[in-house]
Amino acid sequence: MTELHEHLFRREAGRLVATLTRIFGVEHLALAEDVVQDAFCRALEVWPFRGVPDNPSAWLMATAKHRALDVLRRERTARTFAPELGRLLESDEPLPTEDAIRDDQLRMMFSCCHPRLSEAAQVALMLHILCGFSVDEVAGAFVSTHAGVEKRLARAKKVLAESQRLFEITDAADFAARLPAVHRALYLLFNEGYHGASPESAVRGELCREAQRLTGLLLEHPVAATPATYALAALMCLHAARLPARLDGAGHLSVFADQDRSRWDNHLMAEGQRLLELSASGPLLTEYHVEAAIAAVHGSARRVEDTNWAQIVTLYDTLLALRPSPVVALNRAIAVAQRDGPARGLEEIVAIADRERLDAYPFYHAALGELELRRGRGETARGHFGAALTLARNPMERQFLERRMEACDAGGSTRTRSQSAPL
Amino acid sequence: MSEFIYLYRSTNEASRAAMGSPEQIQKSMQTWMAWMQQLADKGHIKNAGHPLERTGKLVKGKQRTITDGPYAESKDIIGGYTLIEARDLGEAVELSKGCPILEGGGVVEVRPVLKTGM
Repeated sequence: MTELHEHLFRREAGRLVATLTRIFGVEHLALAEDVVQDAFCRALEVWPFRGVPDNPSAWLMATAKHRALDVLRRERTARTFAPELGRLLESDEPLPTEDAIRDDQLRMMFSCCHPRLSEAAQVALMLHILCGFSVDEVAGAFVSTHAGVEKRLARAKKVLAESQRLFEITDAADFAARLPAVHRALYLLFNEGYHGASPESAVRGELCREAQRLTGLLLEHPVAATPATYALAALMCLHAARLPARLDGAGHLSVFADQDRSRWDNHLMAEGQRLLELSASGPLLTEYHVEAAIAAVHGSARRVEDTNWAQIVTLYDTLLALRPSPVVALNRAIAVAQRDGPARGLEEIVAIADRERLDAYPFYHAALGELELRRGRGETARGHFGAALTLARNPMERQFLERRMEACDAGGSTRTRSQSAPL
Repeated sequence: MSEFIYLYRSTNEASRAAMGSPEQIQKSMQTWMAWMQQLADKGHIKNAGHPLERTGKLVKGKQRTITDGPYAESKDIIGGYTLIEARDLGEAVELSKGCPILEGGGVVEVRPVLKTGM
């Protein structure tokens, strides 16, 4: 009997909806989603008795197409596209090849990044359509309500349906123009998994995996595999390599400097390095190149004290020029503190333009706390950690900050020479 | 050894709840397959049986009245059956307790197959 592949339905959901939407037309996205859901239900009814078919993807595709024909027959008059579509569905055309399914997913990925949609809506739409996340699961990933996500997705799907056709990936100029938005959405998806506010750690790992899977589809496509795509993939690999060490043995968030580096994933780290080298093939330097390079510097230090902080500060200078933001400036200041000591780091933080925009960001207060603690001002540090605590987004962050406050009470004697919060 | 039929009954609502998201379907599928496999490994499955469509017709009485079935109102609908071998009714009932349909509020009806020729 064939084994049930892990996350089979989640993966197939995206593939099937993408392919069927190409066949039905983007205005019939809802029909595609319905028949895929029906095919899944059918699988749940049949497979326990009959076993998993030899080719589950083909079984699900055939079942979904069959179901679509049923719907069309029933609603023939209501659907003007029926005759042509019926012919498409009834023909014994062979099942789409893996390359065709990949292109279908790319078409959908680029369509999801429609310029009329906010970045948040683009990411939610990708997660829902291409990664098979239910409304509740998307809500869980973004710490949002069911109703809020439902509304956002409904609006996004409406924009998609009104766009008349799926994004055409064969037009090289359009393709190149939309690619940065796709990169950005994938970057945000990965970051949501890595740094995000979701309280459930399992969800976060899945978001990172999905972002990596979709980026992998870009790498397989000759036109999409640009230096920036390689840099983005490298960045994801190099960060994902550190995921296993983000929680310590007791399941607590671990400060970056305290992470047990022996738990880093060496295979991913090497893959990230390889991708980073492949990304260096053009004149264009993107923020993904710089972020990947920063991650690579961290990754090459077997102990935190071996880190080349001067190089990291320089890279942050470059990143700040490419993407000025208070969060990047904060990370730069933390690197300066590592290089030149906490007092210098604090000066850099005070000098951040738009510093007030960091007020709602828990890691900002945590960073102030760490630096104050390191220069022996336990009481001030405690205040900063307290401020961070009121902004903490999940139990793991809260627990982490409570332990940092205890460290302040202990008179600043701490084994942690950390930078800020867990990076 | 005696033979028993498991009739899997659930409401449409309950069966839909097991299919909320692809990941939920994955979980439901995994528990079903694991349970079936476990029964098979212990030699309890005489025949894996068949899943049944949740629609059909009811033909009733002398008038041969035909209505949409299996039930007019939404009640427990039989979604499939399996032929089981067990020592006695007690064991067959005990084995049925692992059925995933129970997690979703469904029912397993355990019925001894009538022994003929005795």
